[in-house]
Amino acid sequence: MLKYFVLVFTILFVSPSFAVEPDEILDDPVLETRARDISVNVRCVVCQNEPIDTSNAGVARDLRLLIRERLVAGDSNDQVYEFLVARYGDYVLFKPPWRPSTYLLWLAPFLILGGGIIGMVYTLSRKPQKPRDGLSADEQATLDNLIGSNSEKDAS
Amino acid sequence: MKRILMTLPMVVVLILGGFLYWGLNADRNPNEIPSPLLGKVVPEFALDSIDGVGVDGFGSAELSTGGIKLVNVFASWCVPCRAEHGVLIKLAAREDVDLYGINYKDQPIDAQRWLAEMGNPYTGVGSDFTGRVGIEWGVSGVPETFIVSPDGVIMYHFRGPLVGDTALRDFGEGLRRAREQIGQS
Repeated sequence: MLKYFVLVFTILFVSPSFAVEPDEILDDPVLETRARDISVNVRCVVCQNEPIDTSNAGVARDLRLLIRERLVAGDSNDQVYEFLVARYGDYVLFKPPWRPSTYLLWLAPFLILGGGIIGMVYTLSRKPQKPRDGLSADEQATLDNLIGSNSEKDAS
Repeated sequence: MKRILMTLPMVVVLILGGFLYWGLNADRNPNEIPSPLLGKVVPEFALDSIDGVGVDGFGSAELSTGGIKLVNVFASWCVPCRAEHGVLIKLAAREDVDLYGINYKDQPIDAQRWLAEMGNPYTGVGSDFTGRVGIEWGVSGVPETFIVSPDGVIMYHFRGPLVGDTALRDFGEGLRRAREQIGQS
């Protein structure tokens, strides 16, 4: 029983491992939190789909230390991002900035959603073709004719 | 309205096809990192020399005078650098350029041994033990090579070893265009 409890407990409470090493961590918890927030959004340039926060690459560690240094020196978060973008380009940010070259990227989901809504409204607003009640006079006449001719046949 | 709607599948296919065609382009490298430093003046830095190498260290000042310069980022622990080294030696001998080396995150003694063994094509070698200058240059991994104009503007950035036809063709093209730009043939 206890075995299973421990198993479930460990599965439920796993936390992602971070590459931040003890000697990197700042004494000031506020600055450290800001450094962590920034490093989650910065791409490691060696292992490209990993943020530097979880990367063990040498450059990632250098960048983490650099971010902390800049924060200690009094930079704002935006200034730190600017510093990195000036050297590695927008590419290092996981969240691309809002500027003319990225308008399409940011707006595409809304454009597609809008297109879908317009298409849906158009389809739904078309008059549904309901079947009419009963038969038209012509149809009734044809039908009567057929039934009539049949019953005449039966009678004979 | 119906007419417009009927062309919609065609439009979607064309747009999607266009993207896919673009994605198939063999020259496109999805891992390529754009370099924002192109067209900018080299970062402010000064690197100390390495004892026993026989050439001076260098910094922004050296890169802002003279002719076209190549700045190569290398390390003794980097295997592709070893492969590239012969090419650099030939390049430095053949082309009318000064080759500078940033020794990236390397023990100076290892760098000195490495250059003694493999030969030293560099006009200046600076030790970037902490990797800070590498970050200033937007280096993501060694080796990388930059082409710097006579007045210290970064004109070309090549990531990876200068080995193989494709790499040499691209780099040669970069060098040719750099020369064209400064009006020298």
